Amino acid sequence: MLSIKNLQASVEGRQILNGLHLEVKPGEVHAIMGPNGSGKSTLASVLAGREEYEVNGGQVTFLGQDLLELSPEDRARAGLFLAFQYPVEIPGVSNANFLKTAVNEVRKSRGLEPLDSKDFLKLMNEKMKLVEMDKSMTQRSVNEGFSGGEKKRNEIFQMAMLEPTLAILDETDSGLDIDALRIVSNGVNALRGKDRSFIVITHYQRLLDYIVPDFVHVLYKGRIVKSGTKALALELEEKGYDWIKEEVAVNA
Amino acid sequence: MSEDLKILDEVTNSEYKWGFVSNIESDNAPKGLNEDIVRFISTKKNEPEWLLEWRLKAFRHWKTMTEPKWPNVSYPEIDFQDIIYYSAPKKKVSLNSLDELDPEIKATFDKLGISLEEQKRLAGVAVDAVIDSVSVKTTFRETLAELGIIFSSFSEAVHEHPELIKKYLGSVVPYTDNFYAALNSAVFSDGSFCYIPKGVRCPMELSTYFRINSAGTGQFERTLIIADEGATVSYLEGCTAPMRDENQLHAAVVEIVSHSDANVKYSTVQNWYPGDKDGKGGIYNFVTKRGICLGDRAKISWTQVETGSAITWKYPSVILKGNYSSGEFYSVAVTNNMQQADTGTKMIHIGKNTKSIIVSKGISCGRSQNSYRGLVRIGKNADHARNFSQCDSLLIGDKCGAHTFPYLEVANKSARVEHEATTSKVGEDQIFYCNQRGISTEDAVNLIVNGYCKEVFNQLPMEFAVEAQKLLAISLEGSVG
Amino acid sequence: MPTLTTHTLAVASFLQDAETFAGREDQNSPYAGLREKAKEAFSVMGIPGRKQEEWKYLDLSPIANTEFRNAGAAFDFVLGPSDAESYRLAGKEALLLVLENGKLNTHASPMERIPAGIRIGTLSTLGHEALVTEHLFRHAAVEGEPFVAMNTMLSHDPLILLVEPKAEIKTPIQLAFVAVAGADPLAVTARVLVVAGEGSECTVMESYHTYGEGAPSFTNAVTEVVISASARLHYTKVQVESGQAQHISYHKVNMARDSYQHLTTLTLGGALVRNNLHIRLDDQHINAYLNGLYVMNGSQVVDNHTLVDHAMPNCHSNELYKGIINDRAQGVFNGKIWVRQDAQKTNAYQSNKNLLLSNEASMNTKPQLEIFADDVKCSHGATTGQLDDEALFYLRARGIGEANARTLLNHAFAADVIEQVENDDIQQSLMHLLDTKLN
Repeated sequence: MLSIKNLQASVEGRQILNGLHLEVKPGEVHAIMGPNGSGKSTLASVLAGREEYEVNGGQVTFLGQDLLELSPEDRARAGLFLAFQYPVEIPGVSNANFLKTAVNEVRKSRGLEPLDSKDFLKLMNEKMKLVEMDKSMTQRSVNEGFSGGEKKRNEIFQMAMLEPTLAILDETDSGLDIDALRIVSNGVNALRGKDRSFIVITHYQRLLDYIVPDFVHVLYKGRIVKSGTKALALELEEKGYDWIKEEVAVNA
Repeated sequence: MSEDLKILDEVTNSEYKWGFVSNIESDNAPKGLNEDIVRFISTKKNEPEWLLEWRLKAFRHWKTMTEPKWPNVSYPEIDFQDIIYYSAPKKKVSLNSLDELDPEIKATFDKLGISLEEQKRLAGVAVDAVIDSVSVKTTFRETLAELGIIFSSFSEAVHEHPELIKKYLGSVVPYTDNFYAALNSAVFSDGSFCYIPKGVRCPMELSTYFRINSAGTGQFERTLIIADEGATVSYLEGCTAPMRDENQLHAAVVEIVSHSDANVKYSTVQNWYPGDKDGKGGIYNFVTKRGICLGDRAKISWTQVETGSAITWKYPSVILKGNYSSGEFYSVAVTNNMQQADTGTKMIHIGKNTKSIIVSKGISCGRSQNSYRGLVRIGKNADHARNFSQCDSLLIGDKCGAHTFPYLEVANKSARVEHEATTSKVGEDQIFYCNQRGISTEDAVNLIVNGYCKEVFNQLPMEFAVEAQKLLAISLEGSVG
Repeated sequence: MPTLTTHTLAVASFLQDAETFAGREDQNSPYAGLREKAKEAFSVMGIPGRKQEEWKYLDLSPIANTEFRNAGAAFDFVLGPSDAESYRLAGKEALLLVLENGKLNTHASPMERIPAGIRIGTLSTLGHEALVTEHLFRHAAVEGEPFVAMNTMLSHDPLILLVEPKAEIKTPIQLAFVAVAGADPLAVTARVLVVAGEGSECTVMESYHTYGEGAPSFTNAVTEVVISASARLHYTKVQVESGQAQHISYHKVNMARDSYQHLTTLTLGGALVRNNLHIRLDDQHINAYLNGLYVMNGSQVVDNHTLVDHAMPNCHSNELYKGIINDRAQGVFNGKIWVRQDAQKTNAYQSNKNLLLSNEASMNTKPQLEIFADDVKCSHGATTGQLDDEALFYLRARGIGEANARTLLNHAFAADVIEQVENDDIQQSLMHLLDTKLN
C-alpha cells in the first residue's frame, strides 16, 4: 500500500534523507530504528506533509496515489495517520470538538454522512476505553496541560477514532513509563488488522516487545542500511548502533 | 524593614567615587552658539571647507527645531547660549608613546582605575581616550593598521580618510534627525572613527574612554563605525565625568554601518556624574545612537550599562535593512537619588527574515524615575520578521518610579512580535534566605540585583563586565528595600 | 499651551448645537455649570489630531470633516416593541431597554418590568436625586478628553440606573443604543450613569446597533459607573453597529472597597471605533477584570485605550485583550497600568494578543506600565503574529481542511475572551455574534 522509492529530502538546506526505499504491504508492521539524527522523524514528517521539509527526489505512492502531491489534510483523509512525537497543545479547542470536526471531514471525503452528536459520543466512549482514557479529557483543550503519557494516549485514541489505513508512530514510546507504554501498546495492538499497516519509529527495542513488528529496518544517514526481523532489533539492543556504522563505513 | 531602610540611607549617602577635577589647562571657545562659534571650532580643527559647510547646514537646521518634550523626564530649560562648545586640552598632543602623555591626564586615568598602561598590558585593549572632546592618544594603531583597520580620532580621519567620512557621516543619523543630533552635527569637537575592511575580524576590543572635564562645557563627540562586508568588531565605550554643581550637557552621536555579513558589537558603560543626593549637578546625557544593517545577514548588537548622569535620554537603535539581518539591545539602567532615565531602543524591520531581541533591565531606587521606551516596527515587506522583547523593572524603595512605554507596530502578517514586561522587587524572603546563610543585607541585594542583570552583563566583554558589576554595586549602595 | 487642533466643520456644528441646547436648559440646574465648563473645554480642544500621543494611531479626520446633524432630543421615535426584540443579546429574561438616537424610547421599552431593587430613569425623572447630583458628569473628567467634553455639553437626557444597596438583581439589564440612520450624517450622544449601591449585585449590558441604511452615524458614548463598597457588577459592552458607523466611547468606573467588576468589551462593527476605558481602584481589596475582543475585517479601525489606575493597596486587576485583524483593518491597543505610591501589594496583569490574517492588516500595540510602589507584582505581555503553524499542521494531519482549521483556531483564540463572561445567556449570544463575524 505504501511504496517509497529513492526518497530524498532536506530541511533548511540540510539534506536528511538520501535515497530511502521502503515497501509496506497491508497488515504489516514495520519498525524503523536508528541512531539520533539518522532521519527517522524526518521520514515521518515528509510522509505527513510538513511544509518545512523539501522533497528533492524520489517517489512515494500510497494506495496508488502520488502521496507527495497531496496536502496534509488529504493525506489524512486518504488514511494516513501520524502519531506525533511532540503533540502540539491547542488552547481553546476542545478534544471533542476537534475530533468531531476531523472525523466528519474524513467521513465526508469517503462519501459518508457526518455523524450526529449522539453517534459521535457513542463512538468516542467506545474508543476511549481502548487507551483507558478518562471522559473528562474530551472536554479539555487538545493536549493542553496533558502529561507526556496523556498526550501519547490521546494520539492513539485519535488513531482509533479516525481508523487509518496506515499509521506512523513517531517515537510514541519516548518519555513513557512502563504503565503508559503498556496502555499505548495495547491500544495499538487492538487496532492491528489485515488491512491496517503500521510504521513504528523508535530508538529503543523496548516498544517492540509490546508491538511486535514483522520487519525491522535500520535507518542511518538518511538511508535504510539494514533490514531484518525482530531478531535485528534484539541485536541492536545488545550491541548498539556502532557496528552498523562500521559496516556502512566498510561498504562505502 | 526599618533596619533595611537605614542601611539604604547610609549607602545612598556615599559620594560619587569618580568625583575629582583634573587641572589640565583648557583652550576654550567663548560661551554661546552662533555661526562664528561653528566656524571657530572648524578652524581650530583645521577642517576642510565641505565639513564646515555641513556643520553650518546642521546649525541652520538646528535653529529651526525645538527641544523634544516627549521623554518622561523633567529639567529646567537649557540655555544653549550659556554653554562652552569647545574645550581642548591646551598642550599640543601628538604623542609617540604613552610616556609623553600629560602627567595630569595620566593621573586622571589612574584615578579612574583605567590607566592606559594597565589596559594596554592586561587587556590588550586599544584605547582612544577622549577628554573634553579631543582625542588624546590612540594606542595599538600600528597593530591594527597592519590589518587595514582604521581606528583614529574623528579629526584625524577627516584629514586622512576624507572619502570615508564624506560617504558615511550623517548617513545613519542625518543632522535633520532630531534636535540634539542637529546640535551635535554643528558643534561636534571630536570622537572616534573606526573602519574594518572586508572580511577582517578585529583582533582586539576597540575602546574609547570619554570624560567630561571642564566646567560648563558640553561634550559633543561623534563616533562613526563602519564594518565592511564580513568584518567583525567589538567596540567599548566608557564614560565618566567629575563632580560639579552645575549640570553639563552631553549630546553625542554614534553611527554604525554594518555591511553584508558584518558584525558590530557596541558596549557602553556609562557612569557620568549623576548629581548629588538632592539632584544638584550631574550630566544631561542626550545621545543619539543608531546603526544600520545595510547588507544581508548583517548584525548590530548594543549593550549598555547606564548607571550615571542626572538625565539619560538615549535609544540605541538598529535599522534592519538587509535580509536576515539582526539587531540586539541589552540594557541595564540604574537610577538612584534624583536621577531620571528615559532609555530604550528602536528596532526598525525593513528586510525579510530580520530578527531583533530586546532585553532591558531597569532598576529604580531613591527618588529616581526610570523609563523604558522602545519601538518595534515591522514594515510591510518585512516577511517573517521576528522580535522578542523583555523589559523588566525592579523597584527598590517606594519613592521611585518605573515606567515602560513600548510601541509595537506590526504591518506584516507573517511577523511574530512578542513583548513581555514585569515589575518586581527584591524579595524580603530572598534577603532573609541570604541573611540566614550569613550574607549581609547589602551584599544580598547586590547579589540578587546582579543576578537580575546577568543576562545583560553576559553580553559584555569580560573586563567590562567586572567594571559594570562594580559600578552597579556603587550605584546601589544602601538602596535596600 | 499650544493647541494642535483644527476647528473643523464638525467642531463648529457641535458647538452650535451646545449653544442651542444651553439656551433651553434650566440655568439653575445643578448641571448647568458642568455643561458650561465642558463646552469651554471642547472649544479649546476640538477634535484631536494624530500629533497628540493619545491619538497617535487613530485618524479622526472622517469625523472632523463631516458636518453632522445632531440627533438632539426633539424627534419622533421610529422603533416599536417588536423592533426592540431584534437587538436582544442578554437573554430572554433580560430587561431590554431601547435608547433610540441616545434617548430612552419608552414606547419600545417595557418600563413596567423594571425589577425591584433597581431604579431606572433619565435626568428628567431622576435628576434631583442626591445620588445623581453627586455622581452625574462628575467622574468622567472633561480635562484632556475632548469627546467627554462634547458628550457632557450635548447630553440631553442621560440614562440613569441606580441599584439599591444590598439588592441582588437577577434580571440582566440590557441597554440597546440604536442609531437610526438617515439621509444626513447623524451624531448621537449616549450617556449612562450606573450607581451600584453597597453590597449590591447586577448584570448590565450596553449594546450599540444601527437601524436602517443611510448616511454614517457617529455615536459619542460616555458611561460613568460607581461601584460602591462590596458591590459586584458584571458589565458587557457590545458594538455591532453598521460598517459605516463611527463610534467613540469613554467608560469610567470608580470602585470602592471590597468591590468587584467583570467588564467585557466586544467590538465587531463600525468603521472607526475608539473605546476608552478608565478604571480607578479607589480603595483596598478590589478585584477588577477587564476583557476585550475585537474582530475586524474590511477597512475597520478599532482602537482600544485602557487605563487601570491602582490608587490604594491590596488590589488585583487582570486585563486580557485579544484581536483578530483581517483585510485592510487596523487595530490599536494602548493599555496603561498605573500603580501609585500608596498602592503596595498590588497585583496587576495585562495581556494583549493579536492575530494578523492579512498582509494589508496592521496592529499597533502600546502596553504601558507606570509603577511608583515597590512591593507589587505587575506584568504585561503583548504578542502579534499568525496562527501557530504547528497547531495548523496538527489539525490538517487529522484530515481537517486548511480553511476549516483556520476558522477553528481563530474561534478558539477569540472564544477565550467570551468564555469568561459570567452570564450564560450573554455568553451564548456573544459567541453567536463572534461566529457570524468569523465565518
